[in-house]
Amino acid sequence: MGKKILLAHDHVPGIQGYEVYRQNGGYASVEKAVKSMSAEALVEEVKKSGLRGRGGAGFPTGNKWNFLAKPEGVARYLVCNADESEPGTFKDRYLMSRIPHILVEGMITSSFALGVNTAYIYIRGEYYYIVSILEKAIEEAYANGWLGKNILGSGYNLDLYLHVGAGAYICGEETALLESLEGKRGNPRIKPPFPAIAGLYGCPTVVNNVETLAAVPFIVNNGGEAYAQIGIGKSAGTKLISASGHINKPGVYEIEMGITVEDFIYSDEYCGGILNGKKLKAVVAGGSSVPILPADKILTTPSGEKRLMSYESLADGGFASGTMLGSGGFIVMDETTSIVENLFTFARFYHHESCGQCSPCREGTAWMEKILHKMIDGHGTIEDVDLLWEIQAKIEGNTICPLGDAAAWPVASAIRHFRSEFEEYVRNPNSIKVVRHYDSTQNLVNA
Amino acid sequence: MSDIKFSEDTLAAANKIIARYPEGKHKSALIPLLHLAQAEFDGWLSLAAMDYVASLLNIQSIEAYEVASFYSMFNLNPVGKCLIEVCRTSSCWLRGANEIIEHIEKKYGIKEGETTADGMFTLKTVECLGSCGTAPMMMVGAQFHENLSYEKVDSILENCQSDNKRKTYLDKVVINQY
Repeated sequence: MGKKILLAHDHVPGIQGYEVYRQNGGYASVEKAVKSMSAEALVEEVKKSGLRGRGGAGFPTGNKWNFLAKPEGVARYLVCNADESEPGTFKDRYLMSRIPHILVEGMITSSFALGVNTAYIYIRGEYYYIVSILEKAIEEAYANGWLGKNILGSGYNLDLYLHVGAGAYICGEETALLESLEGKRGNPRIKPPFPAIAGLYGCPTVVNNVETLAAVPFIVNNGGEAYAQIGIGKSAGTKLISASGHINKPGVYEIEMGITVEDFIYSDEYCGGILNGKKLKAVVAGGSSVPILPADKILTTPSGEKRLMSYESLADGGFASGTMLGSGGFIVMDETTSIVENLFTFARFYHHESCGQCSPCREGTAWMEKILHKMIDGHGTIEDVDLLWEIQAKIEGNTICPLGDAAAWPVASAIRHFRSEFEEYVRNPNSIKVVRHYDSTQNLVNA
Repeated sequence: MSDIKFSEDTLAAANKIIARYPEGKHKSALIPLLHLAQAEFDGWLSLAAMDYVASLLNIQSIEAYEVASFYSMFNLNPVGKCLIEVCRTSSCWLRGANEIIEHIEKKYGIKEGETTADGMFTLKTVECLGSCGTAPMMMVGAQFHENLSYEKVDSILENCQSDNKRKTYLDKVVINQY
């Protein structure tokens, strides 16, 4: 069993409530921080821990905190990004609904470190049912003196509020999230200025993912060093992986970074192998935006070593033969999966979610969806495969926010690694077999 | 202005939300208030409903329209009492989302985007709702229904029909614990 930090008490009955959370060591980091540590010392511990942003970008959290501007007399904000919408990712939902207080505690300790007196949790609208869980946790924290005025007699004040979105993937991008929080359309802003200088209401702001903030209590309680020793190299700590697709045990797993991909897929502790004893075909390892890899490439690095679940090992080989850890949305596909059809669901997703601000993304995502639709309807041509390639290459790097890249990469990688399947699709439209994956009723239909 | 307005309780809830934001930044409450309006005014946002929300926040109506039209959870046309939202993105597709959609289409004789003649159900397909490990899934109101089978879909929707109540995102729901 690997080390558990975030889900260490996941199976303690009643951990959702304040009393049990507190009995299991909850809120100790707030106590330690406000009573015995300076804000600078806290930021230093987070830097030492090597914690990286868990939303997908993997940017060092301590550095992000260090960039926060602190002009005299100007409010600063901490915003938790709980807009989890990356296809294949459901870890924040799991954490917030099961152990809501770990996020509240992480936000209080982090706010103190950043000198923030108002913090918001921006949660996606579809998670409305979690709102009542978080609201209760926040109320309990207020009632027990962890939030509000003069926390633990330290003179430090903090208010924490929930803010509900309304269905827009783009609001997971931090500047779009801030626009949305200001009551506007979720159009990303041009950076710079970065939120650390001009974020919410033009004030210095830190935006961190749920999982990132939830790791802060451990770091404060045990020291940055202790966190840095977990994991492997620059992939410090643990990571929540959302496992889905054709596996025996889908779910959220907290892994110590550095276990092998093979272990993660096949061991009974994690995914438990491929559903119905089928063979592995491909994996999308870090949410829909990261390159898809065929079985051999996801299991081994270009130098022939076993690939590990870490930022560096998954990226080994660049985009030619590697991928990214991203958000940890791990989608597994068995040998019957049509890569072209799966890609169509991604292309449709990005077209639907493009905010429409930059033309390469607005037009390009629409084109990619249309061409893939044409292919799976049996009317594709060889030229369409090249056209798809060309379009994705023209989106990548040409947009204000990373959604353009996120839309381009799945298309590029699917063609790079599975070109023959695309060619088969367009050459022999009559041979296209619609494979039904319906499993829940053991009712497999081949059309 | 029409006579559309929040009940006393909803107005109190709206004022509580508005107080979460700094002085002069009340526009931040727009999305949460549009949610309240959609839940209270028959599951969709009419122009009158959006005008009303704008008036509460002292902003132009166009500011409410442009936001409502951006976010996919806001319905700008009437919908059935139960809006069935079936996820169709990768992981759900891998585990049979298309079959679930077809099943509902056949069962109620409607296509994606349509409403049954009795105004009970509207079928909508949506992008990833973060239920990939429990795919296939659908959302009715605020409730996630996961690990769907045809039988499960039938019993959920038949229960909705016999309940005959409008489902909203603000409903208190049973929490599924994996």
